[in-house]
Amino acid sequence: MSLTFLWTDILVWGLVISLFIWGKLIGRSPQVQQQWLRVFNSKVAMVSAVLLLTYVLFALLDSIHLVINQHTHSLLDLALQHLIDSTERTYSAPFALTEYNKSTQVLADGTTAQIYLPLKYVNPQQSIGFLILQGFSLGLLISVLLVTLHTYWRSLKNNQAWLILAPKMLKNETQLPWLTAYITLTLVLITFSVIYQLSHHYHVLGTDKVGGDVLYESLKSIRTGVLIGVLTTLVMLPVALILGISAGLFKGWVDDVIQYLYTTLNSIPGVLLIAAAVLVMQVIMGNHPDWFASTEERADIRLLFLIFILGLTSWTGLCRLLRAETLKISQIEFVTASRAFGVSRIKIIYKHILPNVMHIVLIAVVLDFSGLVLAEAVLSYVGVGVDPTMHSWGNMINQARLEMAREPMVWWSLLSAFFFMFILVLAANLFSDRVQFVLDPRNQDGRF
Amino acid sequence: MLSYIIRRLLFAIPILIGVNFITFALFFMVNTPDDMARAQLGAKQTTPEMIEAWKQDHHYNKPLFFNESAAGFDKVQETLFVQESLKLFMFEFGKSDSGRQISSDILERMVPSLTLALPTFIIGLTTNIALALLIVLFRGSRLDMAAMMIAVAIMSISGLFYIIAGQVLFSKIWHWVPISGYESGWDSLKFIVLPVLIGVFAGIGSGLRWYRSLFLEEINKDYVRTARAKGLSEIQVLFRHVFQNGLLPILTGVVVVIPSLFMGSLIMESFFGIPGLGSYTLDAINAQDFAIVKAMVFLGSVLYIIGLILTDISYTWFDPRVRLSK
Repeated sequence: MSLTFLWTDILVWGLVISLFIWGKLIGRSPQVQQQWLRVFNSKVAMVSAVLLLTYVLFALLDSIHLVINQHTHSLLDLALQHLIDSTERTYSAPFALTEYNKSTQVLADGTTAQIYLPLKYVNPQQSIGFLILQGFSLGLLISVLLVTLHTYWRSLKNNQAWLILAPKMLKNETQLPWLTAYITLTLVLITFSVIYQLSHHYHVLGTDKVGGDVLYESLKSIRTGVLIGVLTTLVMLPVALILGISAGLFKGWVDDVIQYLYTTLNSIPGVLLIAAAVLVMQVIMGNHPDWFASTEERADIRLLFLIFILGLTSWTGLCRLLRAETLKISQIEFVTASRAFGVSRIKIIYKHILPNVMHIVLIAVVLDFSGLVLAEAVLSYVGVGVDPTMHSWGNMINQARLEMAREPMVWWSLLSAFFFMFILVLAANLFSDRVQFVLDPRNQDGRF
Repeated sequence: MLSYIIRRLLFAIPILIGVNFITFALFFMVNTPDDMARAQLGAKQTTPEMIEAWKQDHHYNKPLFFNESAAGFDKVQETLFVQESLKLFMFEFGKSDSGRQISSDILERMVPSLTLALPTFIIGLTTNIALALLIVLFRGSRLDMAAMMIAVAIMSISGLFYIIAGQVLFSKIWHWVPISGYESGWDSLKFIVLPVLIGVFAGIGSGLRWYRSLFLEEINKDYVRTARAKGLSEIQVLFRHVFQNGLLPILTGVVVVIPSLFMGSLIMESFFGIPGLGSYTLDAINAQDFAIVKAMVFLGSVLYIIGLILTDISYTWFDPRVRLSK
């Protein structure tokens, strides 16, 4: 057994570590701290943040890969091993005991009959009520443990007695609405542990065409969705920052060239540009099969390519915003003054411009996330999304088109993809609304 | 004004050259003209002569960006890129790689695209503005909050779900409209109703929020306070003053979209089997038909640039304070 890293794993963990360091760094500035406290001050933002963290946690669990007996498994795979092992023959509805369609069988007396075959890995002896109760208590227990630990940690950090602080936190009497966060966490934990308990004995969300468990597929798709949303911004950010700020600061021919670049890229219809780039990638990958040791690696590289392509086509909007803002800031007295004092350009960018455009960058990043998750689905439908062997909501929806035409209709795959995607995008949208509201200087006068 | 427009049109030329360059570079990174010839002629029994003849026929027999065998300026001019781009600038789209006349294809498919896109656009716009005004009337109330929550929820659902759910409900279960397909003339109505409805509904979330914030921005200005002080009712204030003054930013957002309506909606058209330009483009991508792809990319860029210029012109038209000729 050994650890292995796919390219996207390295990127996503790198991002997590740098975010952590960044958080430590900005934590030193009281203004920034105050701003973030304002973001989390709202109950809606707190609920969204807990949900988003849950998704990110799943994505991270799925981004630690182990090689066991020459097969790559992620930590999530290991936790859900029973779902991988319980692959049925074909479609079955959620909580069904038999297959979805009748099959022809030769009976013991030699006659043939059309019957619903029982599912192989469903265990109806266990009562559903008992399993739910079991899962509920387990979830509650973990939640109580986590909440206690968290309140204890806060009391250590704030130098307050636990017995005084904890009741305050549990009554939402602190600056941040901790009670809201705890309730959300408890609900999430209970839901998952109930589903987890049930999944050992039933196919909670049914099975797909080849008998794969839909719950497993939906959970595996989280990584793809989150990675596309998060890493694409990582790719686009440096391009947009460097080009946008240089255009606004250096003006002249630099500005002309950069403006020309983004106008040109902008005027090509987006899907066409992405489709063309993905086709190029497919051909290159087709010509070099020796680059990849396994199908996972191949799918991973394809995901990485897609992320790069999406990033390279989506920097233009942010770049234009940054250019305009830099133009404005570079006219302000303190920048003119530092230029007159002979401060170097790099230092001006670092000291004056970057801190003053940071709110635009942050707002753009959180606003883009949900759009990118939705874009993945559309691209997979067009056939230029992630690898068809990779689990993603886009591939699930794409598959669902054929299932809708079946008689009777197979609806659970689509509904599961819909549900998991909806919660993620909704939480992201609500959270980004809050970030925009707090960080946008136009909202500072508290009019609306 | 005229000189401004001419200058903007001249600026469009380098942009279009850049667009073409990207299209050519991307496409020929994947395909060689030989591959294209083989694909079109059928993989079996293609002799080198046949391939050469096909390339000659479809003008793919020149080098891509640089012709070493030519002399002087012809090194650049006698290339696939320059020759083909020049034709595009004359709006001569030529034949598709499968042999059909592209410009007649485009003209033919423009009608279904427009029958789908125009009603979606007009109904969507009026619904969004009307609803936004209504919500602004009740700003700060619970209705406002509820409407905003619903708007965020609508935005958070992928358009693909609306399409699939709409098809299942209205076509499969209730049998009100056909699932997909298209007929010309008035018969198209029954095929268009569902996609238009879905298009309008899917756009309500973001549209509502956008127009609401536009109107809210207006409503805090001094002239609105003056109008209220004059004793106008809230509805009069909204419709006479706020709405009219909000038109300018609305126009900016709207005019830029109008030219691109011709291109149709890629996803909608292919899901509902409407033979418009969107599905035309998507099919061409899948069939790797370069002649069509480059024509559609070019057309799309031209329309986008026209949209930008139209936006600027409409600015002066509706707001006399804006002067373009600097």
